[in-house]
Amino acid sequence: MTKLKERTKYLIVIGIAVLVYLVLANLMRYQVLNNYHIQIITFAGINIILAVSLNLINGITGQLSLGHAGFMSVGGYVASVASIKMGIPFLPALILGGIAAAIVGCLIGFPTLRLKGDYLAITTLGFGEIIRVLFVNIEYVGGARGLMGIPKKTTFDIVYLLAVVTVLVVINIINSTHGRALKSIREDEIAAEAMGINTTKYKVMAFTVAAAFAGIAGGLYAHYIMYINPKSFDFLKSIDIVIMVVMGGMGSIIGSIFSSIVLTILPEALRQFSDYRMVIYSLALILVMIYRPSGLLGTKELSISGAAKRLKKLFGKERGVKDGTSKS
Amino acid sequence: MMVFLQQTINGIALGSVYALIALGYTMVYGIVQLINFAHGDIYMVGAYAAFFAAGALKLPFLPVLLIAMATSAILGLTIEKLAYRPIRTAPKVTNLITAIGVSLLIENLVRIFIGPNPRSFPELIKVQIINIGSLQINNLQIVVFSVSVILMLILQFIVHKTKVGKAMRAVSQDKDAAKLMGINIDRTISYTFAIGSSLAAVAGVLVGIVYQRIDPLMGVMSGLKAFIAAVLGGIGIIPGAMAGGFLMGIAETLTKGYISTQLSDAIAFAILIIILLVKPSGLMGKKTSEKV
Repeated sequence: MTKLKERTKYLIVIGIAVLVYLVLANLMRYQVLNNYHIQIITFAGINIILAVSLNLINGITGQLSLGHAGFMSVGGYVASVASIKMGIPFLPALILGGIAAAIVGCLIGFPTLRLKGDYLAITTLGFGEIIRVLFVNIEYVGGARGLMGIPKKTTFDIVYLLAVVTVLVVINIINSTHGRALKSIREDEIAAEAMGINTTKYKVMAFTVAAAFAGIAGGLYAHYIMYINPKSFDFLKSIDIVIMVVMGGMGSIIGSIFSSIVLTILPEALRQFSDYRMVIYSLALILVMIYRPSGLLGTKELSISGAAKRLKKLFGKERGVKDGTSKS
Repeated sequence: MMVFLQQTINGIALGSVYALIALGYTMVYGIVQLINFAHGDIYMVGAYAAFFAAGALKLPFLPVLLIAMATSAILGLTIEKLAYRPIRTAPKVTNLITAIGVSLLIENLVRIFIGPNPRSFPELIKVQIINIGSLQINNLQIVVFSVSVILMLILQFIVHKTKVGKAMRAVSQDKDAAKLMGINIDRTISYTFAIGSSLAAVAGVLVGIVYQRIDPLMGVMSGLKAFIAAVLGGIGIIPGAMAGGFLMGIAETLTKGYISTQLSDAIAFAILIIILLVKPSGLMGKKTSEKV
């Protein structure tokens, strides 16, 4: 009975994804959306991959990581080098980038995830910076000048597909036994350990999976704007992704999706106030933390109950929710 | 050997700046268990306050220093009151994200209102180079070192001999018990922020004098390195922060002298990771186990 319910949930998620895709694709075909719009939507898709994967670490496992842009850069560079210098086709190159980022995530995860809370945050920040400095010093990938001549292979379709895959994989992990272990670590690490959960193993797992997706997102990004340099993946990029997760609600996948979309569109809509963007962001971040620490959309109930149920509930009153986020 | 000595001297001067910033981190962390991410920006604001005091008001060194300290202390108090106090009992992650938010806010406000470009700091003290053999020491380095040592001694005095210091130590040991003993927790935390912030301002002024260049993002990297210095020495321990600051400064200048300028930031983080893996409580820290 529960099996069947789970399956229907996934079917609903996939159904919604297909529906949204059809709407967007048709809007593009009939040129209601111009190239500029498509670019924003593509970036929103890449940000969804980043935010949802980071949510696995920050929201579900409760370990604050400030180095997601570092994994993104590993994926971006490896995928770009694979396609420029080795002539590997786009998709395998992307996967290669993802694998490389996963390996780095795993390597970083093992020693650092024994740390807790603030120390972990600073260490991941440090690793992000170390990765950036390393890329600056590797002449093979252009050093500080960056890597040019990456073929434009990323399309809206592929980003959309991979975003859906990311969401499905993450939802799947959350709803599995592993997901419950991750959540127990979030709630109380010592108690989880006492219950026989190998906390380091699970944290490394979450870290590795999230890093892999970040790497893929990096590859997509590189193949979309055709140029990367170490600066595009600095500390502020990591913070951007953290803001998406936090605003949407730590542990709420649907929250991450919505806030990625809103926070990608918002700066474009507010272009004439671009100087004030970070001021507004940071003020919003502080206010959200003070008045609604669980994020705008995410509350604990939402994250614990089935993700599809959440989607279903949101879908029922989607308009209301959308209005709520665009005001924020 | 000469290069080594010269770099060590430069490192001590740089390290005293890190030590001053690290003191604020370590005091705040010791008392509220919060990495005050905005501390680096308080240091930056201190430097800017000095820039305006010295540039527009043409004041000499000491009044400039005091104005910078006062500005930063007020900023630190305001931040604590508006942003950190409402979430003092919230989970650590909430606190940390708020601190990041405050840091971004200060940086961007300064960028908008004062301008994103670096400013050149007025020359408050004439540079004189003293040669000892083939070693070069300039008087600025001596000023930086002596000012920071004096301040650290004053801080040690405050923490160990005054009532405020006793209250601070009591609160950092056990908030609830301190409260029961009649200590005003809020006020003690405010004092801690004020003292820590004014020390950061001194660091800002000293950096302005030595490097003659300040910009709105100068606090980010220095702040992180100072935090690493605090962790290196053992967070919450004041002599540890000083030692950590000097070690970080020396490690950085030696890296610049022998390996590469660009890698010096990476070295700082590598030190952090190694220290956290080998001795997470820091060089001077005692081992504590977490309460269940």
